[in-house]
Amino acid sequence: MSSLIPAEFLVRIDYERCRRCKRCVLNCGFGTLSFEDRVVADHKKCAACHRCAAFCPEGAITIEKNRLQFKDNSFWLPEYRKNIMRQAESGGMLLTGMGNDKPYFSYFDHMLLDACQVTNPSIDPLREPMELRTYLGSKPEALDFEQSPDGAIKLTTQMAPQVRIETPIVFGGMSYGAISLNAHRSLARAAYESGILMNTGEGGLHKDLYPYSSNIIVQCASGRFGVDSAYLNQAAVVEIKIGQGAKPGIGGHLPGEKVNQEVSETRMIPVGTDALSPAPHHDIYSIEDLSQLIYALKEATGYTKPVSVKIAAVHNVAAISSGIARAGADIIYLDGLRGGTGASPTIIRDHIGIPIEMAIAAVDDRLRREGIRNRVSVIAAGGIRHSGDVAKAIALGADAVALGTAALIALGCRVCQKCYTGNCSWGIATQRPELVRRLDPDEGAERLNNLIRGWSLELKEILGALGVNAVESLRGSRERLRGVGLSEVDLEILGIKPAGR
Amino acid sequence: MRGEFPRNPSGCAISGIISTKGRRMTGDIIIKSIALMHDRSNGLGGGFAAYGIYPEFKDHYAFHVLYHGHQSRDDTECYLKENFIVDRAEPIPTRPVAGITDPPMLWRYFLQARPGRPEQRGCTSEERGHSSFGEMSPDERDFVVSVVMSINNSIPGAFIISSGKNMGAFKGVGFPEDIGWFYRLDEYEAYLWTSHGRFPTNTPGWWGGAHPFCLLDWSVVHNGEISSYGINKRYLEMFAYKCELQTDTEVVAYLFDLLYRRQKLPFEITCRVLAAPFWKDIDRMAEEEKAMYTALRQVYGSALINGPFSFIVAHSRAMIGLNDRIKLRPMTCGVKDDLVFMASEESAIREICPEPDRIWAARAGEPIIAELEEGL
Repeated sequence: MSSLIPAEFLVRIDYERCRRCKRCVLNCGFGTLSFEDRVVADHKKCAACHRCAAFCPEGAITIEKNRLQFKDNSFWLPEYRKNIMRQAESGGMLLTGMGNDKPYFSYFDHMLLDACQVTNPSIDPLREPMELRTYLGSKPEALDFEQSPDGAIKLTTQMAPQVRIETPIVFGGMSYGAISLNAHRSLARAAYESGILMNTGEGGLHKDLYPYSSNIIVQCASGRFGVDSAYLNQAAVVEIKIGQGAKPGIGGHLPGEKVNQEVSETRMIPVGTDALSPAPHHDIYSIEDLSQLIYALKEATGYTKPVSVKIAAVHNVAAISSGIARAGADIIYLDGLRGGTGASPTIIRDHIGIPIEMAIAAVDDRLRREGIRNRVSVIAAGGIRHSGDVAKAIALGADAVALGTAALIALGCRVCQKCYTGNCSWGIATQRPELVRRLDPDEGAERLNNLIRGWSLELKEILGALGVNAVESLRGSRERLRGVGLSEVDLEILGIKPAGR
Repeated sequence: MRGEFPRNPSGCAISGIISTKGRRMTGDIIIKSIALMHDRSNGLGGGFAAYGIYPEFKDHYAFHVLYHGHQSRDDTECYLKENFIVDRAEPIPTRPVAGITDPPMLWRYFLQARPGRPEQRGCTSEERGHSSFGEMSPDERDFVVSVVMSINNSIPGAFIISSGKNMGAFKGVGFPEDIGWFYRLDEYEAYLWTSHGRFPTNTPGWWGGAHPFCLLDWSVVHNGEISSYGINKRYLEMFAYKCELQTDTEVVAYLFDLLYRRQKLPFEITCRVLAAPFWKDIDRMAEEEKAMYTALRQVYGSALINGPFSFIVAHSRAMIGLNDRIKLRPMTCGVKDDLVFMASEESAIREICPEPDRIWAARAGEPIIAELEEGL
């Protein structure tokens, strides 16, 4: 059955400018462009990834939205009609990549930060120390000291393992398989150089990245891919992945075509087999089971590394987080509604979960109410677009944030949402060697380092404007946030006042 | 009630004096010192804390209370009688002073805890959840804290301004020297005085909002604004402290109560939590010290007081001066024989001690601790 669905984009080639160098044809990962006596486009294949346009030396390519008009209908939007047509043709679930792109309300965009004027001075980060250093891990409620007769004071409390990051940002979990080895290399190098953490996702850790282990979070997910004792110990943090924001309650599926020799060795599965992650961990059907796995991982790593538990932000996230803290986790990683993915059923991605802003507020409140906030660090992810979002997430109560989509954009991603096809023209979400080669890990690492540096500088400016010189004075300081255009209930849940009050 | 009061940022003058030998001095000395810094306040608040003033009731909790109506006094006294043995109740003596208008009713009570009482009532187990540190009758003091919090929170028009033993706070709306004469402080003798002149940038002109802020034996006079107030407050709420006052200074008193009294951190360490050393300095320390300071910042980051401040915290055995970590507010210290002085300006020290043995500006983040001699 040939598809009757109109193309989403139209590729316009200015033949007066085109020199017929065919660079665009070579660069398109989706097979949209071909050369006959001139470059021609199969518009239906275009994903608007911009690779051709970015590399056309003549600037002869523009990509336009197909303006083919559907009869206006404010309820049956063209998107829904096209999706039905697509499913009528295929009989399958619709897939997508990246995070939820629907116009749900953004709380980040309705919160504003404070600044100092007169009564307390703002601080200039160019002149004064400004501290972003953050430690992830479980902290005791209090410290004990011993004072010797000569007055010397000695700390007697033995601290649980803490992982130091130089800025309250880490990279989010993205597996080797979903993204390329060069993307993993870029992330690992940047994490190492910037003094933060990268997260393997659930696909294991390639041996080439073992030297960066001091800056790596290794994931142990429901498929247990690539998990063995060596892997667990090549890390700063071990993370149990229960769920992710883009597909709460759903497992994963890496198609066999992407499982080449290297992926197979890293995931510890045969070449060419599908890698299926079950929806739940089949050894975790309850909170006490989770506790067993947390302690199994602590045993396997000699209690030297914090154990993180990653969950999707769902309705009951506060109670679940309290359970996770009490089950022995050192870090809770919350992934919100906007969290990204390499592949997810569209219907799941777009309709399940809650916004990360609400999740941070609810979890932080709950842990404080129970007096156990010190026991865990909270990492928030899912829709952190700039350092303003970082500051707001921290003010709501997160210890640090994780970047997935933002990191990929730094590597070249244009958020075309076709990660699941394996055709990424930018060499990020693909295993095709000719495409992977396009991503230079040195350049990738540099771009990521630049991003982290830029955001860190901005965070320092924000802290300075707030008149504080350490990030812990912003953490959970909701007094420094005001809501605009939020309902009373929203304000209450976020724990902030409206602007003007 | 929580969150109903906006906080008031404020500038200010502070001055304090302690005799480390426990020698008692009349209040005119501290009035003279704070009066010199008249221009640092704007007439919207002044106050004093005095230690050693009630030797005849030294084992009683002395509650200084202000009331805005007879009903609030009736309700408070009823509540106090339920929870304590009230050995004396009387108005706080005052004299008319031109600058002081419309004072509330001012009362003081000398109270003893009822034996066995804390277990039976008052704070719920949830409130007490995190408050049972230490051995020295922690229950009794935690119980007093919960009574203070409860009255200040739930009885409209009643406000306990101090609740320690053998000490008291005297404060109100006006210039500090006027407040001092109003309360007849020249008739009290104390071995430790602190004082405060307030320059709030917005104010409801509320007597309870003046400094010092007191809880149990703690008193705080503070010049500055706490930019980290939001998180300090939420941190304290985890330990059942309720920040209800219209200023940010109370968090300093509560943090000292939490860290020093309940969690038993040494004084020096408590100060290092509130004005933590920078990572760049911690990184240069010797291993053991580095581990200690790293742990302090890891565990007590939410108790870091950030923003411009100089404050004098006192309790029955010590007076502590502390500046913020980049010294955005002034603080001068002086020593003469057994007397230790701390003030916003050197002039305020020289006014009452023209020739100190030593006088110096306190360094950023470095606590100045003056303690009573052992055995006193």
